[in-house]
Amino acid sequence: MPAQSVKFYQVGSRAVGNRLLDAELRTEQSSAERRNSITSGHRACQGCGEALGARYVLDTAERVTGGRLVTVNATGCLEVFSTPYPESAWQVPWLHSLFANTASVASGVAAALEAQGRTDVRVLAQGGDGGTVDIGFACLSGMFERGDDVLFVCYDNEAYMNTGVQRSGATPAYARTATTEAVGPIPGSRPGQGKDLPRIAMAHEIPYVATATVAELRDLEAKVERAMSMRGPRYLHVLVPCPLGWGSAPAETVHLARLAQRSGLFPVFEAEHGEVTSVLPIRDRIPVEEYLRPQRRYAHLFADPPRTDLIERIQQIADRNVARYHLDPHEIPHEEGA
Amino acid sequence: MRRQLEGSRAIAETVACCRPGVIPAYPITPQTHIVEALGTMVRKGQLAPCRFLTVESEFAAMSAAIGASLTGSRAYTATSSQGLLYMTEAVFNAAGLGAPIVMTVANRAIGAPINIWNDQSDSMALRDSGWIQLHAPDNQAAADLHVLAFRLAEELSVPVMVCVDGFVLTHAFEPIDVPEQEIVDAVLPPYRPRQVLDPDDPVTIGAMVGPEAFTEVRYLADRRLRSAPPAFERIAAEFAEAVGAPQRRARCVQDYRATGADTVVVALGSVTGTLRDVVDSIDGVGVLTITMYRPFPAEEIRAVLVGARRIVVLERALAPGASGIVTSDVRSALAGLDVPVQTVIAGLGGRPIGAASLRELLARPGLEDVTFLDLREDVIDRELGRETVREPIAERDGEAAVESAGERAGA
Ligand SMILES: Cc1ncc(C[n+]2csc(CCOP(=O)(O)OP(=O)(O)O)c2C)c(N)n1
Ligand code: SF4
Ligand SMILES: [Mg+2]
Repeated sequence: MPAQSVKFYQVGSRAVGNRLLDAELRTEQSSAERRNSITSGHRACQGCGEALGARYVLDTAERVTGGRLVTVNATGCLEVFSTPYPESAWQVPWLHSLFANTASVASGVAAALEAQGRTDVRVLAQGGDGGTVDIGFACLSGMFERGDDVLFVCYDNEAYMNTGVQRSGATPAYARTATTEAVGPIPGSRPGQGKDLPRIAMAHEIPYVATATVAELRDLEAKVERAMSMRGPRYLHVLVPCPLGWGSAPAETVHLARLAQRSGLFPVFEAEHGEVTSVLPIRDRIPVEEYLRPQRRYAHLFADPPRTDLIERIQQIADRNVARYHLDPHEIPHEEGA
Repeated sequence: MRRQLEGSRAIAETVACCRPGVIPAYPITPQTHIVEALGTMVRKGQLAPCRFLTVESEFAAMSAAIGASLTGSRAYTATSSQGLLYMTEAVFNAAGLGAPIVMTVANRAIGAPINIWNDQSDSMALRDSGWIQLHAPDNQAAADLHVLAFRLAEELSVPVMVCVDGFVLTHAFEPIDVPEQEIVDAVLPPYRPRQVLDPDDPVTIGAMVGPEAFTEVRYLADRRLRSAPPAFERIAAEFAEAVGAPQRRARCVQDYRATGADTVVVALGSVTGTLRDVVDSIDGVGVLTITMYRPFPAEEIRAVLVGARRIVVLERALAPGASGIVTSDVRSALAGLDVPVQTVIAGLGGRPIGAASLRELLARPGLEDVTFLDLREDVIDRELGRETVREPIAERDGEAAVESAGERAGA
């Protein structure tokens, strides 16, 4: 079938549309040949960032491996909305075992493939932030440390969504969840850094760690491609807004992901063997307020009177990220010994 | 050929003959010698292309076994006690997914108080996890049962636990014949998984099932598990013939002078040998050893016990507040028969079960419903005595509360 000129192209106010690019430079998602690894008809909420992220990641992984891919999935929204018996949205080999053990199951799959000499088949494990940074953390760290040949993808919607929006170790400061209600002197999730899993992954000095969002489709696809060009443990952390948990409009999912990146709250970078190798610079930074305000989970910060003190604390987190990852393209390079 | 071997070594060598593909392992006493030996064999290339994974927990060990098994590799692991409980969620999951994993459980007590010695509280706690449970009466059986376990697991697509009394068997040196490679190969064909992760034929494994079909899924799992006894008998007969040793033919239940006996002692595991010695010198007493504990071979057990006038179940585990675990199973197998079933709790946390104590026990004119063998009454009395003089905690709390309330009032 000849490719149709344009089926789907990158969205968002500042994105360069696919239609301006040569066919071979266009995203996987714009291709009529894309694999539809997770096909339509699943039960995700409207505007679910996780469904979007999983499709982007898997379609690209399928293309770059020539369809030689098996997947392991943690319990969570992605698993629940995709496989209500007797239906399945998955067009790829897919195994769900438990909530916490995804990385270990994937290690076992990789070991079996190696034992059988089927090293052409690649392994991708995926889960939510709770399944990754909290309950699945020990298994993931073990998988990293052993050097198992698995790409683990975390779809971070910053809370336990499938059970009704409870706080996880990845929930940002002051965000309202069902277990950190917006009441009391310090409303919402406790202040702090949470568990910064990309940096913890880097501390394992694994071949590849990257972060991405569902807003930068080309960047996300390139990172999946890069990850699949390598062997050994690799980790990809994708920010996936959740309209239900964040209290945002379904149509705002991609936009919010972009605002998270542009505010500096979600640094987008790549690292190899523990060293940062590239960052997505922020050319037009926005104050965090612009990102926080459209989300009901932060509504208490903008009540009367507003909690400017807490907004300021969040701004400091963003500033710290910008400094740490050198996200400001105008930053004067620090001179050694100066 | 019989060689003087440690039980663990014989198990490891037998598992090696079963050509495992992936062995995830985590250390815990008294299981360690088994996986250490296998790890060394893999290191030396003797099991190529087998992969040995040093995982970070038992939960990871069972999880990796699940992944490997459902990717088409024969998966094996071993554990004990706290380790078995630590992997519990994945143990149930392996059964639900129909992953034909074989696992040795070197039976050990569960803490607190922490105790590394033998009893069967660990595997008993997981008796309803959907696994087939085999209990080895001796070290030759411990080795042989692993071959049968892999074959049975893969025929039925159900995981199998081979329970071996920790230390008593795992650390005992005895003459054991590790079945030869050709024999194992003849009995155990290459693993053909029922469901497999394969890009050429993508399937969804582990989907979510709601009320509309969950009962049916469980019904079918139960039905499949219940087909294990005849399959086990058939495979065991085939194996015994292949090794040319009829006395090594395993059975779901083993009848030692039990049919027609007045009193039958029912037991699992290594106490079998002692029991047989004991009943040899007592008239009218026989021993029934349960090798396959799950699925529970109720019919086979009833057939042996139907004429008995008294049944004594020797339990190496305790269900606190409910006494004997195996006793309840035996009672339900004997439903409608008017025969007393008495429980003897013995060998907890490594306490030896001595022939003299058993002989005395069986000679007692009347046995209570529940007896703790060799219970140290002096220790019990001393502890109970101390408890009566101790101040009840509730009162102490009350005093403290009054005091601090007073402080607050005064402040
Ligand atoms: C051992 C265990 N504990 C708790 C749960 C309940 N549970 C299922 S999904 C889920 C939340 C998943 O959160 P996350 O991993 O962030 O994925 P999301 O649903 O947000 O995509 C929880 C708590 C479970 N299934 N297993
Ligand atoms: S709750 Fe959030 S993550 Fe879950 S399906 Fe809905 S939008 Fe997606
Ligand atoms: Mg989540």
